This record gives sequence, C-alpha cells and structure tokens, in this order.
Amino acid sequence: MKDKSMYIYGGIFAVLAVAPVFLNPYWVDVLNNVGLYAILGLSLNLIVGHAGLFNLGHAAFFAVGAYTAAILNTLYGIPVLWLLPVCALTAGLFAGIIARPIIHLRGDYLCIVTIGVGEILRIALINDLFGITGGPNGIFGISRPTVFGYVIRKPHEFYYLIGTFLMVTIFLFHRLENSRFGRAVNYVREDETAAEGSGINASHYKLAVFVLGAAWAGMAGDIFAAKMTIIAPESFNFWESVVMFAIVILGGSGSIPGVLLGAVLFVGLPEVFRDFADARMLIFGAAMVVMMIVRTEGILPQRPRTYALPEASNAGGNP
Amino acid sequence: MSLLGLQNLTKSFGGLMAVNEVSFDVEEGAIVGLIGPNGAGKTTVFNLITGNHRSDRGTVCFEGKDITNWVTHRIVRLGIARTFQTIRLFQKLSVLENVLAGCHCRMSSGSVAAMLRTPGERREEKKALDRSLGELAFVGLAGQEMQLAKNLSYGSQRLLEIARALATEPRLVILDEPAGGMNEQETAALIGTIRKIQKRGITTLLIEHDMSLVMKACEKIVVLEYGSKIAEGAPEAIKGDPKVIEAYLGTED
Amino acid sequence: MEEFFQQLTNGLAVGSIYALIALGYTMVYGVLKLINFAHGDLFTIGAYLGMTLLASFALHETIGPFLGLIVLALMVMGLVAILGAIVERTAYRPLRESPRLSAVVSALGASIFLQNAVMLIYGARFQVYPEDLIPETSIDLFGLYIPVVRILVLFVSLALMAALFIFIQKTRIGTAIRAAAIDQDAARLMGIDVNRVILLVFLIGPALGGAAGLLVGLQYGQINFTMGWTYGMKAFTAAILGGIGNIPGAMLGGLILGVIEALGSAYISIAWKDAIAFFVLILILIVRPTGLLGERVADKI
Repeated sequence: MKDKSMYIYGGIFAVLAVAPVFLNPYWVDVLNNVGLYAILGLSLNLIVGHAGLFNLGHAAFFAVGAYTAAILNTLYGIPVLWLLPVCALTAGLFAGIIARPIIHLRGDYLCIVTIGVGEILRIALINDLFGITGGPNGIFGISRPTVFGYVIRKPHEFYYLIGTFLMVTIFLFHRLENSRFGRAVNYVREDETAAEGSGINASHYKLAVFVLGAAWAGMAGDIFAAKMTIIAPESFNFWESVVMFAIVILGGSGSIPGVLLGAVLFVGLPEVFRDFADARMLIFGAAMVVMMIVRTEGILPQRPRTYALPEASNAGGNP
Repeated sequence: MSLLGLQNLTKSFGGLMAVNEVSFDVEEGAIVGLIGPNGAGKTTVFNLITGNHRSDRGTVCFEGKDITNWVTHRIVRLGIARTFQTIRLFQKLSVLENVLAGCHCRMSSGSVAAMLRTPGERREEKKALDRSLGELAFVGLAGQEMQLAKNLSYGSQRLLEIARALATEPRLVILDEPAGGMNEQETAALIGTIRKIQKRGITTLLIEHDMSLVMKACEKIVVLEYGSKIAEGAPEAIKGDPKVIEAYLGTED
Repeated sequence: MEEFFQQLTNGLAVGSIYALIALGYTMVYGVLKLINFAHGDLFTIGAYLGMTLLASFALHETIGPFLGLIVLALMVMGLVAILGAIVERTAYRPLRESPRLSAVVSALGASIFLQNAVMLIYGARFQVYPEDLIPETSIDLFGLYIPVVRILVLFVSLALMAALFIFIQKTRIGTAIRAAAIDQDAARLMGIDVNRVILLVFLIGPALGGAAGLLVGLQYGQINFTMGWTYGMKAFTAAILGGIGNIPGAMLGGLILGVIEALGSAYISIAWKDAIAFFVLILILIVRPTGLLGERVADKI
C-alpha cells in the first residue's frame, strides 16, 4: 500500500519536474497559479483542516505579505526573496494581533470575524492607509526575484521557484503534522475540553497555528508580488479567501494530498473548461453543499498517523 | 500532609447552589470516593478542582499550593489528571494518539523543532511513544493501539481515558464514574487497576455509583447531598451513618 | 443640525432594512445555531424578483401604485419564502445531525451558488429599477424635509417587524418558535414539531429578507448580484450586536448599526463606510460576545 503511493507520488513529481519543457508559457503560468494556491491552501489547511478554526479571511494575510514585499522592495530596493522572513513576520504579527482577542470564541464567530478583518484590510488598502499602499491602483514596479544572481522572469523560471517553495512547504508541513505540535492542534480540534484536560493549552495552540498559517500565507504573498510585479487590493478580496477555503474543505481537511488536489481542481480545472468559466463559482458552491452531505472530510481526507510500534504489539492493530 | 485540600468550596449556577461550602482532604497515596445521589454536585466538585468551572468562594490546595481557579492545562501540568463522566476521548483519532495527548504536557518540542526534526525532538517522541504503549498495557489495552477510539467498547473507552490521564504523570487522578457502563467482570478488573495505580504512588479520587466498587476500593468516602457534605469517613462508618442512609433511601415518616 | 437629523433618519431607514434581514439570521441561528450565509443572497433575489415582476406585470400601472406595491411585496415575499424553504431542505436538513461546522460550509456553498445563479441569470452589471414608482418629493416633518421613499421604507419595515413581534409573542406557533430556540430537545418532548418550526423559520426569515430586497431596490433604484453579501454581513453584525438568537435584539441592533453607519460615514469618513460595520462587529465580539440583549449560556461539561 505504502509502496504503491510512493510510486504514484514519484511519478507525479517526475512528470511535473519536466512539464515546462512540453508546455507553452500560458499553461506553465496556470501551473504556477496552481502551485501558489497549493501553498496558500496548505497554510490555510493548518488553520482550518488541522485546528478546525474557520478562517474565511486568509487572503488578508496573503495581502499583508504581498504589500510588505511590495513596499519594502519599491521604497528601499530590498531584494524580494530576502524579504521572505520579513513577510512571514508581518503577516504572522498581524494574525496574532487580530486573533488574540477572538481566538476563544465559538467557531462560527471566528469565521465571521476573519471575514470582517479581510474586508477591513481591503478597504484600508483602497483608502491608501498611511499613504504607502497606493490606493485602489496598488503598487507597481516590484522587482523580479534573483537567485544567485540569476533573474527569474519567465513563467517556466517561476515554475521552479514556486515548485521549490511548494516542495519545501510539503516537506516541512508533513513533519509538522506528525509531531507533538501537529497532534496537539488535532486534539484541540476534536475536543477542546478534553485537550485542556489532558494538559494541552488549547488557546496557545489555536493562536500558534493561526499565526503560523498566516505567516506562511505572507511568504506566499511575497512570491506573488514578485511574480506579478504589480499588486492591487482586488487581488485579495473575499472570493480569494473563499477559493482558498474551498480548496481545503473540498480537497481534504487536514490532508496534504487533499489540499494539492483541491488546488488543481479549483485553479487548474477552470482553465481546462474555459467555456464554463462564468459558472465556476456556481459549480463550486453546489459542490460544497453536496460534499458536506456525502463526504464531510473532503475528497482525500486526513489519514491516521502511523507510528513505529514494536512487533509484538502490532498484532491487533490496523495497518 | 494531605495532597489535595478543599476549603469551603462553593459554586452556584444561577440560583442553584451546586456546591455549598464543601471541605475535605485527600491524603497522599489514598483512594478516596466521592458519592451522593444524582445531582448532589459531585461532578461540579471535580470541575472546580480541575479548573473547568470557576468557584464562587473557597480554595483548592494541591501540595500546599493554592490552585483555585487555575486554568485546566496548568493544573494538569502540576499533577492532577482527570477522566470525564461523559467519555471525552478524541473519537476520530487512534487509541495510541489519545494516550499521546496525555504525554504532551511532559514534552517540550515546538513547531520549529518538529519541522527541523531535531535529535532532541526525536528522542522525546520515542520516549512518549514508549510511555504511551506502557500505559496502554497497564490498563489492559495492549494490541489496540491503532484502532480508532470510537471503535472501542464502552468499558475500553473508560480504560483509555484512564490511560490518557496516567500518561500525564499525575500525582493525583480524578476518575468520574470510571465503572459507568462496565459489566461485572470489567468492574472487577477496574478495581484491580485502581489498586495498581495506588501501588505506583498515585493518589486517586473517584466518583462512583457502583457501591460495591466504592466500598471495596476506597479507604475514605465523602458523601454529598444537595451540594453539601453530609458525611466523611471510612467505608464501614459511612455504611452505618443514618444521614447517608436517609439521603439514599429517603426518610420514612 | 439639519445634516445630523437627515443622517439620523437615513440611518434609521437603512438600519430598519438591516433589521429586517437580521431577523432572518437571528431566527435561524436561534433554532439551528447556524449562520445561514445564504440569507443575504435570498435578500438579493428578493430585489431581483421585485424588478422582474415590476417589469413583467407593471402592477403599479394597472391597479394603482399603492395596491400595486402591496401585491408586488406579497408576491416577492411568498416566492423568496418558498426559495428559503427549498434551501433548508436541500442544503441544511441533510446536515441536521452533522457537526455544526459542516453546516456552516454548506451554508457558505449555498450562498455562493445562489449569488452566482443570480449573476448568470441577470448578468454581473448593475440593474435598474423602473423610475417614477414612488414620487421623488420630500415631506416636511417639523421643518425637516425627508424623502417619501425613506419614510416608506421605515414605515414598511417597522410594520413588518411589529407584525413579526406580535406573531412571535402572542400566537401558539410563535411560542413554539421561541421554545425551540431555547431548547430543541425539550421543545420536542413538549410535543412541538421542531421540523415544522424550522420550516416556518425558513419561510418567515426569507420572506422578510425578500421584502428588504424590494425596499432596497425601491430606495436606491440600483441592484447588483453581490449586494446580498454586503447587506448580509451588516445584517449579521446587527444580529450579533443585538444578541444572536434574540428577535427584539435583531431589530434594535439593525437600527443602531444603521445610525452608527450613517453618522460615521457623514462625520468620520465616507471612504470607510463599509468597514464601520465590521469594526462594530469585532468590537462587540471582543467586549460582549453575547450582544446587547443576549444572555450567556454555560457550556455543559
């Protein structure tokens, strides 16, 4: 079973690694968007999938990262890739400040507040907050990223940058899932009272995972700003948050393969069926309802973690 | 010296006095039973000790330290673990992971250590795994590690809650109706387990409706009625206490 | 001072619309503990249905403007109510026993579906209500000139709210709704058909929301398929402000929010108008999550 899935993932990886050679720039760019949304989806998955915190304003943290990169790059000329940790910091800090007072509230209240925060931020950006966000037109002239002196410009060059970022994200998040931290967050999702009763500081973990997911979205924002070279408030509206949310919920809450599949379905598939582009959200809306009724956990749900048990005690267990 | 001491603990919900000026001590190493008719406020006393409810008045002391109204996870860390009357396992997670939850407060690796998978983190994970397997074996659930908690029988779920509580390395475990839903054999085995817990030097405070269990296992019994303590003493003394008999059977006038 | 009272009456009119929509949120939340995200879109559909019915029947020309508007309002309310019941049947009823957050996702999906259905049917552009429906004159009220349409909006919504209030407080069915909101299981044991109560709530709420849509169309003349989202979020804020699940609270919250928004955009900044409601929302959740008239309920352990 395990070997089989290794072959499947290996095969997908090999195909994706050489894909840009056979694709025209348009399709490479589509894949870049899939990759970017996959990163965003994975970061949101920590919050929504693993911690069960309904965040419908994830685009706000994406925006904070993108604007941090855009402002610092255009004003001070700091290379965008150096700004990755700074973007993570600002987005994480922003998330921490807004989540701190509300994280203890019931799930659906948090959901509403995150929507509100996303909207307030977007309106603030349009109103040219502090005179540095460029108003409705946004910020332009963000410089391209350079790796070892090599300027990344074309879609297929970005493909490998985003691909690397995605691989690193998958690698690190996979480890995070299978750790004390990852488990703690799951306990809190399953039953907060029981988690507290087992000695787990529920509020701490909710806040920590919220901040971590937001910080990762901030880094994705940095890459996005570098890729677009121009960013505007409308790139971060409520529907972006909804798409990220739907990627997680429909792909598979708490499951890395699920989220990756979700990103392909939500960002890649509509490009294939361009004739139905207008009906995209209609179909997704209906899919969300149907999915909740027939398969709450998403297409590829979270699988139980495996542990290296001693041979003797393995007898009664399931694989 | 007593391990746990309650002083005039009081809690009301709206106008209802759930717990009224309750005081008693739990001696180190003892097995103490808290009994009383339904609605006497037993679970509320537990919830006040473990910080699930905030008390209106009175104090809870543990090892001489005032822990009144501390948050639950801090109390667990200090050495008081509990089980719940309505079983509160992580139903969709494996049996093993339920016990690992208890190990959490004795570990320290955070998110960064997890992502880097530092040697310290690996060692800690290994230790927690061993400990969890040990606790599962201790309560008699060896071999069921990878089952989902929800697939266990009712009695096994109660045992799993005990294993999870023990995994927190407590000085005191608080068991809320541990025999609830168990058959006779399971209950008999449970008494054995509670005695084994005592042998490990862990103090036990339990609520139980099964009088045979309480009488067999406990060294001291505290009786509550309508939120107030009406009796306290050895099982034999409690059995003959007219106030207790009255509380359970009602007066005959 | 003139400006202040103009803004105040304007705020009250807008607020009464928020209140009408908020009633739908609060009633559903009361009974099902669910944020009915689709409610805002039912409001949008009310506005579009009003426009379509006006265009196709021109009732105000055949049977006179007054009677015409009443018939129109009843038609809109009836149709939206039916749609509300359909949404309940398809998107919420199958999830009655599921975790609450699954129902929230389903509600969000239903909202996205309805909003995009409106867009596909009517197009993404702003649509315009027929003009000359309501005279564009103002009425002199103690020296304050207030547009007729504003008075109409205020009057109609207050009348609807009063009717609902009496219905909830004085009738047997109203009592059943209140009982189901307090404790569904206990209500069921008392012989209340909770399914019928839920259905009723999903008829009344959307009917009021549909009426609100029509009123917005009449007052502003322009409607858009995304309007339900903005109005919905503000109405939900109003419901939380008043204390979610609390019917008089929703009315009060709506009016207060409308006034805050009108005064805020007049005296602080018009550019931040749409953010004001969200600031109020976050503030109330931090300071007093139970809202103005809500009561705290302890979680059972």
